[in-house]
Amino acid sequence: MAHLHPPTRAHSDLGQRQLRRLDGVLESRRLPAASIRTTQWPGMRRTKEVTVRQLRIVLVLLLIVGLFAGQAVLAAEPVKIGFITSLSGPAGIIGKHMKDSVELALEHLGRKVGGLDVEVIYGDDQRKPDVGKQLADEMLKKHKVNFVSGIIWSNVMLAVAPTVTGAGTIMVGTNAGPHELAGKMCSELYFTTSWQNDQTPEAMGKYMQDQGLTDVYAMAPNYAAGKDMVSGFKRYFKGRVVDEVYTKLGQQDYQAEISQLRGKNPKAVFVFYPGDMGIQFLKQYAQAGLREQIPLYSVYTVDEISLPAVGEAALGNYETRYWSPDLKNEANAKYVGDFKKKFGYTPSFYGAQSYDGILLIDSAVRAVRGDLGNKKGMVAAMRKADFRSTRGKFSFNVNHTPIQNFYLLRAVKGAGGDMEMQIQKTVFENHKDAYYQECPMKW
Amino acid sequence: MNWLLVVEQCLNGLQFGVMLFLMAAGLTLVFGIMNLVNLAHGSLYMVGAYLATAAFNRTGSFLAAVAFALAATLAIGMLVEVIALRTLYERDHLDQVLATFGLILFFNEAVAIVWGRAALFTAVPRALSGHLQVLPGIPYPAYRAVIILVGLAVALLLYVVVSRTRLGMLIRAGASNRTMVGALGVNIRLLYTVVFGFGAALAALGGAMAGPIYSVLPGMGEEILIQVFVVIVIGGIGSIRGALVGAVVVGMVDTLGRAFLKPMLSTVIGPSAADNAGPALASMLIYILMAAVLFFRPQGLFPAVRS
Amino acid sequence: MRSARALTLVAGFLVLGLVPVVAALANQPFYLDLFRRIMIFAIAAVSLDLILGFGGMVSFGHAAYLGIGAYAVAIPAFYGIHSGLVQWPLALALSGLAALAIGAVSLRTSGVSFIMITLAFAQMLYYLGISINAWGADDGMRLARRSQFGGVVDLANAYVFYYVVFGVLVALLWLGHRLIHARFGVVIRAAKSNEPRMRAIGFATFRYKLAAFVIAGAGGGLAGALLTNQTEYLTPSYMHWTRSGDIMVMVILGGMGTLYGPVLGAVAFLLLEDILSAWTVHWQVVLGPLLVLVVLYARRGLYGLLPGAGARDG
Repeated sequence: MAHLHPPTRAHSDLGQRQLRRLDGVLESRRLPAASIRTTQWPGMRRTKEVTVRQLRIVLVLLLIVGLFAGQAVLAAEPVKIGFITSLSGPAGIIGKHMKDSVELALEHLGRKVGGLDVEVIYGDDQRKPDVGKQLADEMLKKHKVNFVSGIIWSNVMLAVAPTVTGAGTIMVGTNAGPHELAGKMCSELYFTTSWQNDQTPEAMGKYMQDQGLTDVYAMAPNYAAGKDMVSGFKRYFKGRVVDEVYTKLGQQDYQAEISQLRGKNPKAVFVFYPGDMGIQFLKQYAQAGLREQIPLYSVYTVDEISLPAVGEAALGNYETRYWSPDLKNEANAKYVGDFKKKFGYTPSFYGAQSYDGILLIDSAVRAVRGDLGNKKGMVAAMRKADFRSTRGKFSFNVNHTPIQNFYLLRAVKGAGGDMEMQIQKTVFENHKDAYYQECPMKW
Repeated sequence: MNWLLVVEQCLNGLQFGVMLFLMAAGLTLVFGIMNLVNLAHGSLYMVGAYLATAAFNRTGSFLAAVAFALAATLAIGMLVEVIALRTLYERDHLDQVLATFGLILFFNEAVAIVWGRAALFTAVPRALSGHLQVLPGIPYPAYRAVIILVGLAVALLLYVVVSRTRLGMLIRAGASNRTMVGALGVNIRLLYTVVFGFGAALAALGGAMAGPIYSVLPGMGEEILIQVFVVIVIGGIGSIRGALVGAVVVGMVDTLGRAFLKPMLSTVIGPSAADNAGPALASMLIYILMAAVLFFRPQGLFPAVRS
Repeated sequence: MRSARALTLVAGFLVLGLVPVVAALANQPFYLDLFRRIMIFAIAAVSLDLILGFGGMVSFGHAAYLGIGAYAVAIPAFYGIHSGLVQWPLALALSGLAALAIGAVSLRTSGVSFIMITLAFAQMLYYLGISINAWGADDGMRLARRSQFGGVVDLANAYVFYYVVFGVLVALLWLGHRLIHARFGVVIRAAKSNEPRMRAIGFATFRYKLAAFVIAGAGGGLAGALLTNQTEYLTPSYMHWTRSGDIMVMVILGGMGTLYGPVLGAVAFLLLEDILSAWTVHWQVVLGPLLVLVVLYARRGLYGLLPGAGARDG
């Protein structure tokens, strides 16, 4: 970086080789610019290093400014969709499912949404509401997206959705279903292609009630979603609940709770353990020998994400869901088949919802013939839900939450020897969520 | 009062405590002897779990998988020590916190890059998947009994190594007065690297044993890391005995709290209030315990002697 | 030397102050929000540095005060009280009180015990927050309206809000500067260096440290109040121990024991997070080693890399 000055007269006596060696020695003696020694010599050397360092800092700053400026160059035409999900961290696997499904949807649409070129900007919310909101702001103000979609977690959704709809942009949620947004806080610009959180446990409650089961032991993590799941379950299950046990969020070892459970001798167990909590609970439940003795019914616990990790420990467990890979309709067969071929694993409901979300957006843009400024037209088109959903028949309730069937699923060994979910029967037909009457919208 | 249930829960508490001890032993060694705050200890636990699981799924032999995981993590631990941590011994604890925090981020992502973000499939080895009739009516999973045995064996081994062997003597001397030991001609740097690797291997053993019953996914070490810090603070930093006692105490308190706090509360404040208060209080229990211990005995239960 | 440093600091403040102008000119209002969030965390980081860097009190529970400040804004708003003149002093008072209580117990210990006890208290508050259903439990609550200041200052205006946060940051730095160089600050720093000696001279170091702890807690509470306004959302996850860790990282990264270092740390950490996560899903595999490199080669953090920072601060 620094060059030796042209040889002074004192050096002219030395030969070329000696000069170069001197050069090298002086070079190696030079302090690396990044280190700070408090005993620096005052004077010439210090200011020179300061200059070099200052230059470096200015260069880096220029580079950063340049980066931002570069990203600020707007591409005018295409449809822009902002997709917020959790891509890093332990929940990153869900984000991967969603992102892969979005990519497949785009592929099926020929990389055009409503006939226009499309650009999808992904954001990683790290499961934090304030990061999610920052991402939404970035997508709305910097990238000027036409739609915001995605979001796994209810608390992130509650921070993001009002921001998006408040800015006049359409939000298409593809997982989180907090009851506030289905009820009092419903909005013309907010749609969800998934469900309202309570619908799934309601279906399980209904099934178990219809089966005449009683003496049920309920378990869930001690947070808002956990409590919602149990209360949704009890909305339709009127039998005797032996005990309601809430465990610490993120807990890994359930041996103590399983011992308690065995002591209470219930006839059935209902649990809600998403993510890694579910994997741990299922394995430990089976290892305790309870799987064959007390049937396990769950929601959001046994799915295409946890099955590969637990394997046969989940064999015979029941779930309720609005969708399963083996749901028989043309769109779903295409989705699951192509997904397996392209990505090499079985898609989950997180993916199916995200796939449907993109198709929904496509139907809206097509209906207004690409006039992205016509928000009212797009909303009207979305309400019609004129697209081929992976769940078959698709219609929206007044609060823009789907009215859909719910099925009983069972974890069985598939034809290939791997574990998979299979539909056993229909529990609910055209089931509406419990909060739509609080929503003031009418159409 | 169902006494059989209480006994069973005590057994569960012991097993959970032993699990914590495997992690705590390594951490307290490194902290006590080398004065290094190693937040990445949980990451070494995770790496051990991943390696053991991958090896087990590949070879089908649990023993071989655990041995492999121990050896590989030992090597990785020593490598990390040489590359990143060696210069940090003299630095402020906070610099160590920052550096090891950076290591956590790195390991979490590295593991996700190699094995993907989905949780790995793990299962208890067939030979250990049965149950032992510890007491009439209590079928205790054999695998968990093995964990207790392994943990106690490790405790014994550590005791023997630290107090009866030359290596242990060097470790204790180095903890007491590092400079003096160096002046006497012992290669302190090599010693520290070996101790760190040893600590990493202990963490890996914890991870390898935990794999079949917990889930193996990126970031699995963080939840347990906090509990392990609580253990070593309660037990006394630098003391293996403290780690064992602290771990068993924490394991018992946590397990018994989760099992019996709600039923006990509901007799006092009614079942529906206990439904809310019980779990909240149970999750805070080990922190309350730690605060209490620190209030009366700030250096922990069995502090190691330092000069 | 001093003039080079002063020049750098002035330049830094100028850059921060001019962000809204640049953003408006470039028609990129997002940067306003981004830098506003960065400054809010800078406020939290500076308040932590007062006790961590200068006082040697490594509090791993600082996010608890952010949470308390956030609740102090969101709960009154939930019941219809939107006046910032009620909410913000409440945030300062409540977080200061909490710091008083927590500090009174924790400061009896030191070293690792202190770290763990502060962590324990923060965890307890977090678990408490998750269980309170009335205020949204862990789903949190939406803030219906940003803090109102009777029409004088309108936080709904992004620019006004930006300068309010900027003003708070500058005020906190000024206050910190005065404190550090006053007798109070000298006692604190001396106590960090050798507490028995200070006590032998006759200073009641416990009271000084507790006072510093309370001031830092209040600062954290104010940051929390601003954060809720920024996100228009309250969640107990603001109190999670990983958030405390993030703030500590910002302080250490920026340079602890320097007043302006944490600002630099907050800027660097959050900007890097934003830029890197847009480039790759695996951004943590880059950020991690970067932090390690900073520790290994920049002994006084990023602040130490600035020109003129060779001289000791004060």
